[in-house]
Amino acid sequence: MLRQRTHVTSRCGRVMDRRRSSEPRRQDRVTVDNNNMGLLSDPNRRRALLGLLTRLNAPICVVCYMAGVAWFMGLAFEPFTLRTYMSENAMGSTMVEERFPAGERALATGREFAAHKKKTGGMPVDWLVRTMQARGLEVFTQSFSRTLPFPDENKERYMVKGTNVYGILRAPRAPRTEALVLSAPCNPGDENNQAVGLLLGLAQYFRNQIFLAKDVIFLVNEHDLIGMQAWLEGYHHTNTTGMDWSPLQGRGGSIQAALSLELSSDIITSLDLVLEGLNGQLPNLDLANLFYAFCQKIGVLCTIQGKLQRNDWDSVSGYSHAVQTMMLMVMKQASGRPWGDHGLFLRYHIEAATIKGINSFRQYKTDATTIGRLLEGMYRKLNNLLERLHQSYFFYLMPSLSHFVSIGYYMPAFGLLAVILLLRALDLWVQLMTPPPRTEDGVIDIEQSSPGVLSVLTPLVISHLTGVALYMLPVRFQEMAVEHFPVSETEAVVLTAIAVYTAGLALPHNTHRLLAGEGTEQGWRVLKLVAVLYLAVLLGCTALINFSLGFILALTLVPVAAFVTPHVPKVLSAFILVILSPACTLLFSVFFFQELQEMPVSFQDGWVLYLSVISQGILDHVLYGSLVYPLIALLVYPCWLLFWNILFWK
Amino acid sequence: MAARRRLVSALLVFLCASSVFSGAESQEATLTGGHRAAAVDDPPTDTERAEQAAEQPAVEERRWEATEVEEATPDEAAGEKQDTSAPGTAAPSSAPQPKDDFQEELVVRPLHSGDIYASFQFRTLWETDFSRENKVSHYRLFPKSLGQVISKFSVRELHISFTQGYWRTMQWGQPFLPSPPGAELWVWFQDSVTDVDGTWKELTNVLSGIFCASLNFIDSTNTVQPSASFKPLGIGNATDHRFLRYATLPREIVCTENLTPWKKLLPCGSKAGLAVLLKSEKLFHSSFHSQAVHIRPVCEDRQCKTTSWELRQTLNVVFDFYTSGQGKREWSLFKMFSRTLTEACPLASSSKIYIDVTDNPQGEQFELSPATALLSQAVVLGDRRTFSVYDLTQQITFGSVRSLNLLIRWKTTEGDMLRPLLHAERYVAGYGLQTGEIHTLMYNNHPYRSFPVLLLDSVPWYLRLYIHTLTVTSKGKDNKPSYIHYQPSKDRLRPHLLEMLVQLPPNSVTEVTVQFERALLKWTEYTPDPNHGFYVGSSVISSLVPSIVAMDTNGTLKRPLFSSFFPCKEESSFFVRIYTEPLLVNLPTPDFSMPYNVICLTCTVVAVGYGSLYNLLTRSFQIEEPSPGLAKRIANIIRKMRGVPPL
Repeated sequence: MLRQRTHVTSRCGRVMDRRRSSEPRRQDRVTVDNNNMGLLSDPNRRRALLGLLTRLNAPICVVCYMAGVAWFMGLAFEPFTLRTYMSENAMGSTMVEERFPAGERALATGREFAAHKKKTGGMPVDWLVRTMQARGLEVFTQSFSRTLPFPDENKERYMVKGTNVYGILRAPRAPRTEALVLSAPCNPGDENNQAVGLLLGLAQYFRNQIFLAKDVIFLVNEHDLIGMQAWLEGYHHTNTTGMDWSPLQGRGGSIQAALSLELSSDIITSLDLVLEGLNGQLPNLDLANLFYAFCQKIGVLCTIQGKLQRNDWDSVSGYSHAVQTMMLMVMKQASGRPWGDHGLFLRYHIEAATIKGINSFRQYKTDATTIGRLLEGMYRKLNNLLERLHQSYFFYLMPSLSHFVSIGYYMPAFGLLAVILLLRALDLWVQLMTPPPRTEDGVIDIEQSSPGVLSVLTPLVISHLTGVALYMLPVRFQEMAVEHFPVSETEAVVLTAIAVYTAGLALPHNTHRLLAGEGTEQGWRVLKLVAVLYLAVLLGCTALINFSLGFILALTLVPVAAFVTPHVPKVLSAFILVILSPACTLLFSVFFFQELQEMPVSFQDGWVLYLSVISQGILDHVLYGSLVYPLIALLVYPCWLLFWNILFWK
Repeated sequence: MAARRRLVSALLVFLCASSVFSGAESQEATLTGGHRAAAVDDPPTDTERAEQAAEQPAVEERRWEATEVEEATPDEAAGEKQDTSAPGTAAPSSAPQPKDDFQEELVVRPLHSGDIYASFQFRTLWETDFSRENKVSHYRLFPKSLGQVISKFSVRELHISFTQGYWRTMQWGQPFLPSPPGAELWVWFQDSVTDVDGTWKELTNVLSGIFCASLNFIDSTNTVQPSASFKPLGIGNATDHRFLRYATLPREIVCTENLTPWKKLLPCGSKAGLAVLLKSEKLFHSSFHSQAVHIRPVCEDRQCKTTSWELRQTLNVVFDFYTSGQGKREWSLFKMFSRTLTEACPLASSSKIYIDVTDNPQGEQFELSPATALLSQAVVLGDRRTFSVYDLTQQITFGSVRSLNLLIRWKTTEGDMLRPLLHAERYVAGYGLQTGEIHTLMYNNHPYRSFPVLLLDSVPWYLRLYIHTLTVTSKGKDNKPSYIHYQPSKDRLRPHLLEMLVQLPPNSVTEVTVQFERALLKWTEYTPDPNHGFYVGSSVISSLVPSIVAMDTNGTLKRPLFSSFFPCKEESSFFVRIYTEPLLVNLPTPDFSMPYNVICLTCTVVAVGYGSLYNLLTRSFQIEEPSPGLAKRIANIIRKMRGVPPL
């Protein structure tokens, strides 16, 4: 016993010893670890790394920029993209049989609708109500009115007054908690009658079916997006844009998905899917997959961005076709406007898309019955949904209808551009930090070098005030402008915007000299550091919400941010800066977009288009709450002005 | 003797028929009036059947006797079965044996929209006392499973309904018995129950087994104690709502597995009587399906000396003529239920089919065949309705083919939407996953009279109501409720309960809005399909609505003038309970998938990276020669002296 005990104690003692002896060793290891892991904690290595980064800053930036652009262009290359696949189980495995028979009758209804439309000179509300009632729907109407801030010259409207008619098909034994929406806009003229006819035909067909588990709302909206906005605001009882609408009487619970239908001819050659919604929001990719799957099944030619899919990805023309398709999507998404009536649904977390019938006089023809069957199939599958569409991607780009680029693949392209800003910021930081340790008495140095808050704050405030002016003045001052100049209201708004924009360039940016004396070398460095970080945050946030907008802005603004100093040749740099300013980016985008759509325009037409795009952007913001105009006016433009300011630093 | 009896019987049949014709049956049709305990039980023996089939006069005799017994004091079945030929001689039984009685009826109402509403009611009455010390052990018509439930859990009243679909008030008018989508259960317990919550928990689990439903999901988070909305429907003046429990399961899906146990509670099962029509493949091929069980104590006689238990099983179903009629606007029992009727339930004291022919006095809307001469009038839900009556206990109803297949052939097309006097809807307003607003709209379509309604809202805890944002507006003005009972929720324990008494001005829409915040649940609290959304049960609106009869300006021609100046009490207002649609609300839901994990991981990595970066930015680094320890210093001095390089 005793021996054992002593043994134990001795063992313990030995253990204690070992521990004691291991302690210093461990400490050593910790310091070693610190040296290994904390690359930057070691002042020597840190200095070396910083030296490398500052020395090679410009080449690294150039490489990053090139890599970013190359990465982006590579996204459209088919082997680098993923095939689309149905993620939602409820829509994937179940088979539905489409039996919609009444395409001809639907077209006849469409013709009848056209006749009544012509007779009433607008939306034939009474006829629609009667027809929907005869088809066994619960029919309700909603009237709305809206005065635009200035006349919309594209669509020739100013004081808009209209009525939406919608019929709810109540699903048997369903408790009114879920609904699907099928909408067709009632356009002026001869457009879209077939869509309304098909909508009514589908309503009649669905009325006789037992399989529905969700209510289906058939909506005919007047004045396209304005009517849709009124209806959606009425349905969800919100008012974001100050529109007048009468409250809705009937509802079907939470809307799960919506399709908007646009058909303008009896026979179509292909169907085009439009996904881009307000602020660049996209519906869940499964909705696009569903459309594609049914087009494949029924044998309908389907396009996205009006482009058919090609199989020759390995040829140059095939690749450029995919790039064109993707670039069109990027341009449309960046514009932040709804590209179809579905675009407004997305705000309410309702997956929606527009299906456009296109008649391009190809050989391949599709009749209304087939489109009806396609829609029937899509609605039956949507009807099978147990949950909202959530399984698939919400952030994606599509180089073709069967391939997509997910957020994980396209974000590095933006990241490579954004890292340039961070590198430049680091460089500036190092430049600002390095002088003080060199001299012995740091106190005086710091006092000398710190440029004072005012010299940074003044340009910031001035440029933002210019931004506010750009945001507020065009709409506010249209009346005054119309009085004094021979222009229409719309022209007045657009020209005021351009005038404010150009006036911003000529502002006396160096007012800080009056307040804080002569601008110093340190001064512009601090200002540029602030501006670069500001731009990095701004672009990063934009790209998270609307990748395309963020990427296009980064493509033009990052070089500006990278190279501008007061020491570069003034005239040339100023020219480059103006060329890369947001307004010129928009101008180039307009031409580029026309080029992509294979509808090139002359400079004159392009300029007119450019003016109308500006007015549309302002209208989109006021009418539907698009955020692109305020983003550009209040944040991006002032940020760009800061760089302009740095160039003319004295 | 036999001839004389036949003569008497014929006379009585005639009298009976004429009295029926003159509207004596209104009491029965209102279904809540006093009842007479009529114990007619003739278990069908083969000999009797043969007799019925063979000899028409004998059948007539049976009819007469049945009627006679109903009017005379009821006797016990044992004697009745043999001695059917001695009406009037039966003496009131002195033995206090429990008496029971079973009635069945089907009301078919062709609806305004062109749909068909069929409402089955089966009523079992039993004069017994479940709360007695000695257990009730001998069950005859009353289902034993429910009797045991009543006695074990000291239930005073029990109301349970299973509904698939939503009653479309705007198209169909008011239902006879309203019920919310999903399952609804409300129970009044006896005062003697001490642990009400425990008893309620057990009771829901037992009922869950009896009805094959997910009632076991009723727990404290969806149970409330309404203070005013649900008063006992039977006798008894209980107002202490501590003994009341109310719960709904709006998500419950009702199907055949709920119908089969419900049918088994019937005395005849689905073997005979009206219950043969209850075929699930047809009942669930409809626009609306609702089945319910109501148990309550009722008065036995006018003085209410004795009480008996009433078990009322109801089944309401609405058939859609579009989906099953293939456009042919024609209805028959066979088309609706894929069965025809051949007999009444032999255990039933009364078995009738009523067809609502109010809108069709001259047969201009639809055509009914076979025609019946029996008509009955009743005030149902404030409206005076006329019904054609088919008495299944009389063999003549079945005609020569010995089966009854009622046929309704429509002549007109469907009409516009109705404007029911009281109508309500509810929806969630707003967008985004942070906040929202519940809107409840109540329409009073009465042209000149306002009436109060009781609104009951039970909202789950994960919608955090901001009760200070509660507004009640009608006609653009603030409408102050005269009574508000609000019980705030406790997270994961109990729901919000909001009860209000609101006066609805005539011809107006009253809007009740309250804002809420969507709670972020713990990750185990999400359902398996979190992106479907979470259900909020229907609001309940109970009200005494001014009657349409009182609105009748030209008056009914039949009524004498002296009776028509003041609207009489019973008809001036009627009780209506309506349920709004349940809500489906999306809560902020994490994406339970691989990208979600990736984001979590990335965030962790970023946080770690940020930490070290922050460290770098805020700390200044200096090279510091570590001072050697004392021993080392001494050693170094020695080494220096020895001329050896230091350690």
